[in-house]
This record gives sequence, structure tokens and C-alpha cells, in this order.
Amino acid sequence: MRNKYSVFSLIKNALSYHENWQRAWKDPAPKKEYDAVIVGGGGHGLATAYYLAKKHNMNNIAVVEKGWIGGGNTGRNTTIIRSNYLWDASAGLYDHALKIWEGLSQELNYNVMFSQRGVMNLAHNLQDVRDLKRRTHANRLNGIDAVYLSTEEVKNFCPIINTSPDIRYPVLGGTLQRRAGTARHDAVAWGYARGADAMGVDIIQNCEVKGIKRNGDSVEGIETTKGFIKTRKVGVVAAGHSSVIANMAGLRLPLESKPLQALVSEPVKPIIDTVVMSNAVHAYVSQSDKGELVIGAGTDDYVSYTQKGSHQIVEGTLNAILELYPIFSRMRMLRQWGGIVDICPDASPILSKTSIKGLYFNCGWGTGGFKATPGSGDLFAHTIANDEPHKLNAAFNLNRFVSGDLVDEHGAAAVAH
Amino acid sequence: MFLINCPYCGERDQQEFKAGGEAHIERPKQPTELSDDEWAEYLFMRKNIKGVQFERWNHTHGCRKWFNMVRDTSNDEIKAIYKMGEKPPSQ
Repeated sequence: MRNKYSVFSLIKNALSYHENWQRAWKDPAPKKEYDAVIVGGGGHGLATAYYLAKKHNMNNIAVVEKGWIGGGNTGRNTTIIRSNYLWDASAGLYDHALKIWEGLSQELNYNVMFSQRGVMNLAHNLQDVRDLKRRTHANRLNGIDAVYLSTEEVKNFCPIINTSPDIRYPVLGGTLQRRAGTARHDAVAWGYARGADAMGVDIIQNCEVKGIKRNGDSVEGIETTKGFIKTRKVGVVAAGHSSVIANMAGLRLPLESKPLQALVSEPVKPIIDTVVMSNAVHAYVSQSDKGELVIGAGTDDYVSYTQKGSHQIVEGTLNAILELYPIFSRMRMLRQWGGIVDICPDASPILSKTSIKGLYFNCGWGTGGFKATPGSGDLFAHTIANDEPHKLNAAFNLNRFVSGDLVDEHGAAAVAH
Repeated sequence: MFLINCPYCGERDQQEFKAGGEAHIERPKQPTELSDDEWAEYLFMRKNIKGVQFERWNHTHGCRKWFNMVRDTSNDEIKAIYKMGEKPPSQ
């Protein structure tokens, strides 16, 4: 039985010097057979397991993770959550996630520190202005909150932005989604892991998948570093390593894996109380509760699995940040890191069945998967349990690359990919 | 970030170059004969290998010529560089 976190449990555990807190999740050895196995213990994979157990009564399932849970892109992103996407299919997908975010801490009994501080996207040229206005209208038609801001309104909402007309890329306006914001990324993984574990899901860390065993066109199980696990349903949620797993099953995916970098500054007092993103100069920034500026850079253009990335990418982002926020000119950067993102040709994800029965892929989130974590898990669980996609992820099937029915969010999604 | 030995200009910083993706994807000889599946395979599907991969690069801020590279994507180590039209080295 899982103990509930509350002010009473805090007091009770304070009396024993916080030495008797229950483990948030167990550390089991893999069983011989499961009804389903999720490959990848990041936010999306753990959320998938959580909703499989909670909504589809599949409790004899496991999540296998080659490292530790939340140690991949879940712990490497810039924690931004928004749903202001242009196309109807994307709006449905990302707003489904945003609605779950709004009640997630209560549902999980775990504080994911979801903060609806708003996300502002800046326009720097006339085409940006047209695109952002079009997107604002599209969002409102889809029931997603969005407003277009003039330069003065941008300045009022975030006073530290340099809106002077003589900078290289002047701010001509922007959009604001007030329901958007940030969440604590590690807490999302931990909260879902704890929730899934409480319903009987086995979370198996340090267990790398080495092969996928097929019998004709059906999945029979997976070979792992902890032995063979028999299962008829495998959901792969492996982000940058999706193609590696697909190759084991003899499948090809339309993905390229590239390094995406982020960095944080030394902590300072509260200075920016929202998230500001700029597509044209590729810079986005927010401030963590610890006070660090959290800055996202762009992707490198070559395939790499090194989790490093090139120096000039960071330099370009910091140039843009400094022009937009001269106040940050003497800030020092503390840490920089890279994550490997799996990018689809149309910059939209894949949540889909495959040509192999029992093998499902949830991948292609590219540079923006964190915001979708709860919705992605919910819809992927539905797809695995019913062997059919939910209507919200039906458009995000693998077959769209054959039919040509792409969900082209390149640039249209308010940030460059 | 790494150094690239351009076959025309010599060793230069990687930021002078642009990656052009997987190499040796041959344009279909009979495009009108292709099925939708074959088009998808040609246009979108990629090996995206973790390990030794064959790829194209362009020296955009130098000679602007295309060439091929064999690179280990798990550690960014460049194994070989060869000109367009040359046979890839055997691995």
C-alpha cells in the first residue's frame, strides 16, 4: 500500500528525522512474462505505463530503462509547456496534454510544480507578425487561449525585453498563451513512476534492450541485459534511440537523431516571471524556482548520439539572448548539456502501430516532447491497450509518410526545429 | 564539435560545414513507376545509425563542394572522407 503524501505525513516523518519515508518505487527483477513492456523509462514511457494500469487495467506490465528513470531527455529539457500549435491535429494533441497537466499534481499526489506563468512568442519581422497572428486565430478557433500582443504590450508583460527599434531583430509584437508555463521535469518522471509502481507496474532500471524477438509478423518478447522477457505487446518510447530499437525489429523510421543543447546560469533573484521564446533568433528563456535562467539553444544539423553538441550553437543563442535582454550581459553560465532528439520530417510526433503486430512506437517528438508527456502517455496507452489509436493521435500514425498526409509543424509551431 | 579534413581545402573547423544527411541514397531511376511505399522509403525513411554511418557534407563556408564522410555517430569520430563519385571504403 502506498502512503499518501500530505502535511500529516510530513510532520510524522519529521519526528523520525525523515529516515523512514517509504520508497517511492520498488527495484524489482524482471519477471519471465508480462502483458506489455514499455521500452524507455522517461516521462512519456512512465506516463504510458501509468495510464495502462490506471485506465486500461493492465497491471502485469513493466517499464525497462537502460539507465535510470528520467535520466535521458526528461531530465535535459527546458520544461516548457504550451499548446499553441497551428494545425487542428496538433492543437488537439497538445491541448489534451495541457488539460491533464492542470490537475496532474493532485492526480499523482506528487507536486510536479506546474506553473502557468504564460509563454510569450516574439515576432521580429513582418512574416513573423503574419504567422503569429494566423496562429493566434487558429488557436482560438480550436478553443486554445491565445492573444496577440503589440510591442508595447510585450514590454508591459515582460519589462526586461529590449524593445528598442534599433536592435538587429526588433520586437514587432508577440503572442501570449496564459495557460502555458513550466513544470519540474524530474518530478514528472518520479510522480508517474511512483503512481505506476503503486498499481503494480515493474520499473526495471539498468536494463537495456538488445533485441526484439519476432515470430513472423508478431512480437514474442525482448532480449535485454537482464535476460529474455516474454511479452506480446512492446511499446517503444525511446526518444533519440528509437531508430536503434526499430533497427532491431527490422523496421525503418523517418527519424534523424540530433543533439539539442540547453544551459543554465548562476541563480539570481526573480527577474523573469514568464517564458519568452523567439523563433527568428532562436532563443528562449525562463527562470527556475532556484533562480537559474534556463536557456534553450538549437539543434546541430548532423546525426549524433553524443549528448554534446557544438559550441557555436550555444554562442548564437547567447548572442540573441544578450540583444533581447541587455540586463543579462554579466550573467555567468553554470552548466551546459545536450540531449538527443528524434526529429521527424514534418516536426510532428509518431504515436502509432507498426507493420509488426504488438509493436508500437511513440517517437519523433523532436525538440518539444516534454510539454506533451501526460497526453502522450494517455493516448499511447489507449493505442496499446486497444490496438487502435485514439481519435486524438490517429493523425500521428506512421502511414502518413506513405499517404503524404503530414502534420507540418515546421516553423508553424511557434519555434524553430 | 570537431575538425573536418575537407578533401579540397584541408582541415577546417566543423562550423564551416553543413551536414547533408545519409549518403548513397540513390534517386529512383524510374520515378513514375514508384509505389507510395517506395516513395516514402526514398524520401523519408533513414537508417539513423548509432555507430558507423555514411553521410554527405558540404563545405558551405569554404570551397562549397560536397563530399562523403564515414563517421561514428556514437562518439563523432571521423573514420574516412572521400570525394563524391568515389567508392565508399569497406568497413
